[in-house]
Amino acid sequence: MLTVLVRRLANVIPTLFAIVAVVFLLFSVLPGSFISAMNEDGRGMIDPAVMERMRKEMGLDDPLIERFGKYVGHLAIGDLGNSFRTKEPVTKLIGDRLWPSLKLVLAAMLFAIVIGVPLGFIAALKPGSVTDATSMVVAISGLSLPKFWLGLMLMYLFALQLKLLPSFGYGDGGLTHLTLPAIALGVSPMALLARTTRAAVLDVLNADFVRTARSKGMSEPRVVTWHVMRNALVLVITTIGLQFGSLMGQAVVVEKLFAWPGVGSLLVDSVFQRDVPAVQGCILLIVLFFLAINTLIDLAYVAIDPRIRYA
Amino acid sequence: MRTIGLAIAALALFVGMAAEAQQTQTPRKGGTIRMTGPYGASMGSLDPHATSRAQDGIVSLAIHRPLYSWDSTNNKVVLELATSVTPSEDGLVYTFKLRDDIFFHNGRKMTADDVIYSFTRIMDSTKGYPSARYVRVIKGAVEVEKGQAKEISGLKKIDDFTLEMTLTDRVNPGYYFFQNNTAIVPKEEVEKGNFAANPVGLGPFVFKEHIPGSRVVLERNPKFYKAGKPYADRMILQIMSEAPARDVAFRNKEIDTSILGPAQYVAYRADPELSKGILEVAEMFTRALTFNTEHKPFQDKRVRQAINHAIDTDLIIKRLVKDKAYRATSWLPSSSPAYDKALKPYAYDPDKAKALLKAAGYPDGFEFELTTSQNESWGLPIVEAILPMLAKVGIKAKPKLVEVTVLTDVALKGEFQAYIGSNLTGPDSLATLRCFYSKTPRSACRVTLFSSPEFDKVFEAAAAEVNPAKQLELIAKANAILYDEAPVWFFNYNKAVLAYQPWIHGLQANATEITHQYVEDVWVDERSPVK
Repeated sequence: MLTVLVRRLANVIPTLFAIVAVVFLLFSVLPGSFISAMNEDGRGMIDPAVMERMRKEMGLDDPLIERFGKYVGHLAIGDLGNSFRTKEPVTKLIGDRLWPSLKLVLAAMLFAIVIGVPLGFIAALKPGSVTDATSMVVAISGLSLPKFWLGLMLMYLFALQLKLLPSFGYGDGGLTHLTLPAIALGVSPMALLARTTRAAVLDVLNADFVRTARSKGMSEPRVVTWHVMRNALVLVITTIGLQFGSLMGQAVVVEKLFAWPGVGSLLVDSVFQRDVPAVQGCILLIVLFFLAINTLIDLAYVAIDPRIRYA
Repeated sequence: MRTIGLAIAALALFVGMAAEAQQTQTPRKGGTIRMTGPYGASMGSLDPHATSRAQDGIVSLAIHRPLYSWDSTNNKVVLELATSVTPSEDGLVYTFKLRDDIFFHNGRKMTADDVIYSFTRIMDSTKGYPSARYVRVIKGAVEVEKGQAKEISGLKKIDDFTLEMTLTDRVNPGYYFFQNNTAIVPKEEVEKGNFAANPVGLGPFVFKEHIPGSRVVLERNPKFYKAGKPYADRMILQIMSEAPARDVAFRNKEIDTSILGPAQYVAYRADPELSKGILEVAEMFTRALTFNTEHKPFQDKRVRQAINHAIDTDLIIKRLVKDKAYRATSWLPSSSPAYDKALKPYAYDPDKAKALLKAAGYPDGFEFELTTSQNESWGLPIVEAILPMLAKVGIKAKPKLVEVTVLTDVALKGEFQAYIGSNLTGPDSLATLRCFYSKTPRSACRVTLFSSPEFDKVFEAAAAEVNPAKQLELIAKANAILYDEAPVWFFNYNKAVLAYQPWIHGLQANATEITHQYVEDVWVDERSPVK
């Protein structure tokens, strides 16, 4: 287990470096800067001399390699720099948004697992039945619906028509405000999980060892819980891990729509304002989250299926 | 008898209506104002000096106050923190009598020292405050900015409540110091550090809470200097950048105000209930297609006039902008005191356009590159509509798409042949016209490189004029010259639209930015769902 962990962590560092380099390069070649964003509507029209000075102070005119070197140097000691926009440390900006984002992602994933896995399981146990067809229609619909549209429909139905939930905002961070954005974010992974679970369970149900277990007279519930579920779980967990890891990035649209104060909405705003340190910090966090979840999933494989060993 | 009965009934109805009208006119104390921040998914800064974003201005105006304020009823700047101001004969020295009943939220009385401190802080060159562009008009401010002086020589404290301000140019300081990012702040609170997280000001509401990316909550300032105000106990700014989400929230009565885009404007106007709560104003933004006169065809005013005649502007405003704009006649918007109502916009006349092109030596038209952003009201959709209109008179425009944040960069560097954009054209009409004065550098704002000796002469006369009425006349004359010279295609003046709930009163049609409300005048009646 420890070896797996060490190997995974060793992979994380070059991956992170590559991501940092790509993001840095992208924002260096994109036209426009934080200062031009300030001028966007003519309201903040800044004196050219001041613009020039600000560019100098922010290091925007330094050679690319020098800026990258400085950035990586600061990053190595955990300093993500200061936001161009608010002048606050990026770590603080992200810190303020981290818990709402995690809360949203966890709630969405919980929704996806609680609905998606049983749905796929039930569908697989009765292939070709009405239950199977219905659950797959739900799954395919969930996968194909754009999050923005789905979020709006949820708002319209549960807030405007049924008056059950608030349509937007963070409130006190409780369940009433969390429910709609979590469903909007969770529907897509729920659908994928339902399809994956169905496929995995069907695959295992046709395996030789299941037939053997049945021929030995093992009861169907025991076959399903003891043999089918455990063996199908590896693929299901892989899907959960991949979806969970990428949810932080997917939350961007949902957070913005529901005015949820997470990292996603900070990222969008920072991109539009060309607040490069904040953008880099947000992307770094999203990537780190993805890598961390995947490392945990790798460790989970080993725990679930002792046959899995990493050379 | 029947007649008497009818008369009594009519009288009762009249009295009832009058009472109802009275009830709606008498501001109610208490309640919560729930406004929306539509211009982004977060606030930039709650430190008023550190930001020029419209979104930040909404909160800033509630917490802080500058020397002047904007009178939306009369479209002019008025004194806010002073009781009187006396200009010198040469129009360069202004003596302010400050109010002696104004307290910061920390309980300390505001004095002339606070004005001097705030303006000096803004000129701190290490901070790059955007509002430095306004303070620079005070004599000696630039020296502080350059680090050559520690104090602004043009600011002199006569006594605690008398301040003398010497300007570098003969301008109305009100246009510079009504901007909320020139607000007066208390030194002791700023020096505690992290002022943006704990802003303390002079405004009608006191900072209570900021959840980044979600909301800002403010509470009534009991020591506000305007007696009996503010009316509401609380103000909440909900940050909501997505228009469809705002629409649902507004219809669900979760917010009290919402900015409307063109599509929503049509829907709200068509709705019998929602249409009762729409506030409209011609904001001080002129949308225009700006010609770079370095590009040969645009050096001839007949070509520029031809383009103004070739485009069916009214049709575009009606069909594409959904009437959420006012037709532009010249550069200065209709909210400018120098706006000339008699000026008629260029008529849609392709034949005249062709004749003008022929006279200018382009009988077969010409080709140019048209830089645009994606903006729905003054970007690509508009360009797509004008392309066939220009083609009809032989002009081929090739669209070049850039991101909206890049557009100003492109303009100031002159990297365009023509571009379409939105231009701030107020409230200082003279400053706005400076962008066409031949001695103004391109990097400042003369992006057209337009040059006209006739315009220069009138502009210089206006700048030198001390008499406000005569100055206004000259500004109007300069604006009329621009109309004839057509350095741009005059498209429209933005019509800002704010939807509001039936229980909210006292909103102002602020032409400088409709979301910027003097919230001490806003009140909610008992129908508000938030108690």
